[in-house]
Amino acid sequence: MRIRTLAASFALAGLAIAAAGCADSRSHAQAVYMLVDTSGTYARQAGKAELVINYLLGTLNPGDSLAVARVVNRSFSEKDIVAKATFDTRPSEANAQKRAFRGRTEAFLRSVQPTSHTDITGALIQGAEFLNETGAGTKTIVIFSDMQEDLDKVTVRNFPIRLDHIRVIAVNVTKLNTDNIDPRRYLGRLDAWHKRVMAAGASEWKVINDIERLNGIFANS
Amino acid sequence: MSDPTMWMIWPDNAALSILVLALIAMVVLYAARAPMHAMLHSASQTLGGPLRLAARWLFGVAAELRARNKAVLLAQGRRETGQRIEREFERLALLVGRDLQGYPTLQRKLLEEITRVEEDYKKCGEVPPPPPDWVDAVTAVAKIKTGGGEVVQKILVDIRQSLESIHDKALAEYRRAYQTRHSILEGFMPYWRSLDKTMKQVDKNMTGIQDAAAAVDAQMATYKEIAARSDEAESQLTNSAFTQFAIAAIVMAVALGGAFVNFKLIALPMSEMVGASDYITATLRTSEVAALVIILVEASMGLFVMESLRITHLFPRISNLDDRMRRRMIWISLTLLFLLAGIESALALMRDMLIADKQALLQSLATTPAVVNEGWLGHIPTAGQMVLGFILPFALAFVAVPLESFIHSARTVGGALLVHLINALAFVLRIAANIVKQASRALVHAYDVLIVLPLLAEHLLRTRRNGAAAGAGERVDPRESTLHPLS
Repeated sequence: MRIRTLAASFALAGLAIAAAGCADSRSHAQAVYMLVDTSGTYARQAGKAELVINYLLGTLNPGDSLAVARVVNRSFSEKDIVAKATFDTRPSEANAQKRAFRGRTEAFLRSVQPTSHTDITGALIQGAEFLNETGAGTKTIVIFSDMQEDLDKVTVRNFPIRLDHIRVIAVNVTKLNTDNIDPRRYLGRLDAWHKRVMAAGASEWKVINDIERLNGIFANS
Repeated sequence: MSDPTMWMIWPDNAALSILVLALIAMVVLYAARAPMHAMLHSASQTLGGPLRLAARWLFGVAAELRARNKAVLLAQGRRETGQRIEREFERLALLVGRDLQGYPTLQRKLLEEITRVEEDYKKCGEVPPPPPDWVDAVTAVAKIKTGGGEVVQKILVDIRQSLESIHDKALAEYRRAYQTRHSILEGFMPYWRSLDKTMKQVDKNMTGIQDAAAAVDAQMATYKEIAARSDEAESQLTNSAFTQFAIAAIVMAVALGGAFVNFKLIALPMSEMVGASDYITATLRTSEVAALVIILVEASMGLFVMESLRITHLFPRISNLDDRMRRRMIWISLTLLFLLAGIESALALMRDMLIADKQALLQSLATTPAVVNEGWLGHIPTAGQMVLGFILPFALAFVAVPLESFIHSARTVGGALLVHLINALAFVLRIAANIVKQASRALVHAYDVLIVLPLLAEHLLRTRRNGAAAGAGERVDPRESTLHPLS
C-alpha cells in the first residue's frame, strides 16, 4: 500500500513535469528584407551589396524568406522589390531557388542606375509590411546605405512608423564628404536613425561597416 | 530621531539602568518559565513529530520495497535457473543420445576382442612337448664304464651320434614352437591397440556426461538455494544483476553510438521528405524526429526478429506463437528490416548529394573556383555512407539482446537504489527530528541560564523547606527541583 502511494506520488510528479514541457508552436523561420541604396554616388557600392546578398543566400535555411529591394526616390512600393522568395522546405529545391534568386539580383546590380533622391523611410515601411506578411519568427531589415535620406518636396515621411519586433541592421554606412569635414554629422545621423528605429518598436539596431562581421549576426540567429 | 537613552531608567547611569532592567526581565522571565518551557516543548513536538513520523513511514516503505524486491529477484532467479537447468538437461540428453547410443555395439566389439585375445593367450600357453623318456636312458648309458673296450667305445660313439642327431631335431622342433607362439603374440598387437582406443573413447564419453551432470548439479544447488529464499542466493542474484546491468549499459552505449551515426546519416535527407523548417520544440526539427522514428522502427523490427527467433523473451506472446506463425513473423520482420536498410542506404546517398549541392551553391556564391573532382577517391565516402546505411540497421537489431538484460537487471538495480534512497531520506528526516528535539532542549537550558538567579533563590528556599519538612517527619519528593527541568 505504501509503495503504491509512493508510486502514485512519483507518477503525479512526472505528469506535472510532462505538462510543463509543452510543444513549441513558434515559427523558427527567418525573414530578411534587404534594402539597396541606389542613390547618387552610393550606387557604385553595388558590388559590395552583391557580397551581402550572397552571404544571406548562403546563410538562410530552407523555409526562410529573403527579399531585395532598391531604395529610390519613393520606395514605398512593391515595384521596388527586385527579388523575393520564400525558400522551399526541401533543401534541394531551396538551393535551386537560391541560384535563381542570385541570377535576378546579379542582373539588377549590374544594371543599377543612380537615382536623385533616397526614400529610406518608405523602404522601411515596405520592408516591415513584407516581413510581417511572412509570419517568420525572426525578422530583419538590412539597409545597405549611407543612411542619408533625401526626399523630394512632395514626398511625406515625417510621421511615426511601426517596426515592431524587427531588427534593423545598417550595413556599409559610408561617410559622406560632409561627414569627413564634421564627423558629428555622421554620428548624429546614425544616432537619429537609432532613435527613430527604436521608437518604432524595433527589437534591435546595429551598424556594421565591416561586411565580414555579418557572420556573427546571422549565424547565431 | 529616537533617543538612544530612552530605555534607561536613570539616563545618567547606564550600568544601574541595565542592572535594574536585567533584574526586572529576570523576574518576568522566571514568572513565564513554565509556559515558555511548555511552548518550546510544544514547538519541538510540532516540528519533530511529523519528521519522526515521516522517517518511520519511509523506513517502512523501504522495508516493504526490499521485501518486494527480494520476492521479484528470487522469482526471476528461479525462472532463469530453471531455464538454465532445462537447457543443461537438453544438452545432457543430447550427449547421452550421441555418446551412449552406440554403446551396445561398442560393448559387443570389446567382448569379441577380449575373447579373441583370450583364445590367443591360451594358444600361447601350450608348452613344447616334454623331453622324451630316453633322457633317463642316456643318463644310464653315460654311467657305463668303458673299461677301455673297443666295442663298448664304439657303441658309445654311435649312441652319442644318435643322441646328437635327436637333440638337434628336438631343438629345431622347440624353436619352431616358440616361433609360432611369438607370431601369435605379435598378432595380439592390433587387438590391444583397438581395445585401448575403444576404452579411451568410452572414457571420453563418460567424462563428457559426468561434466554435464556436474553442471546440472551446480545449477540444481543454486535452484535449491533460491527456492529456500536464502540471503546468500539473494546477494548472488543482486550482484549478478548489477554486473548484467553494467555490461548491458556498456553495450547499449556502444549501440547508441551506432544509432547516433545512423541518425546523422539520415537526418539531413529526411528534411527532403518532411521539410526542414518544421520544429517540434525550440531546437528539435521534425526531420530529426522522423529520422529518429525510422531508427526506432528498425530497432523494433530487429527486436521482433530476435523475439521470433526466441533469442530474447521481452514479448511472451511472440515466443508463445506456434512455429508456423513465428516463421512468418521472422520473414515479415526481416523483409521490413531489409527494406528499411535499403531506404537508409538511399538516404545516405541523398545526403551526400545534398551536401555536394550545398557546397556547389556556396562556392558559386563565394565566386571561388570549384574543387576538382578527385575521381574514384571522391566516391569512397559516398560508398562508405551507403554501406553504413545498409549495415547499421542490421547491427542495431542485435541491441535487443542487451536491451533485454538491461530491462531485467534495471528492475533489480533500480529497486535496490530506490531502497537506499528512501533509507537515506528517512535517515535525514530522523536526524532532522533529533536536531529539533535537541535544539528545543538547548533552548530550555538557555532560558534557564537567563533566569539563573531566581532559580537559585527558589532552590535555596526549597532546600530549606524540605529540610524543615524532613525534621518534622514529612515525606519529601526528591525529584521536586526546578533546577533540573528536564530530569
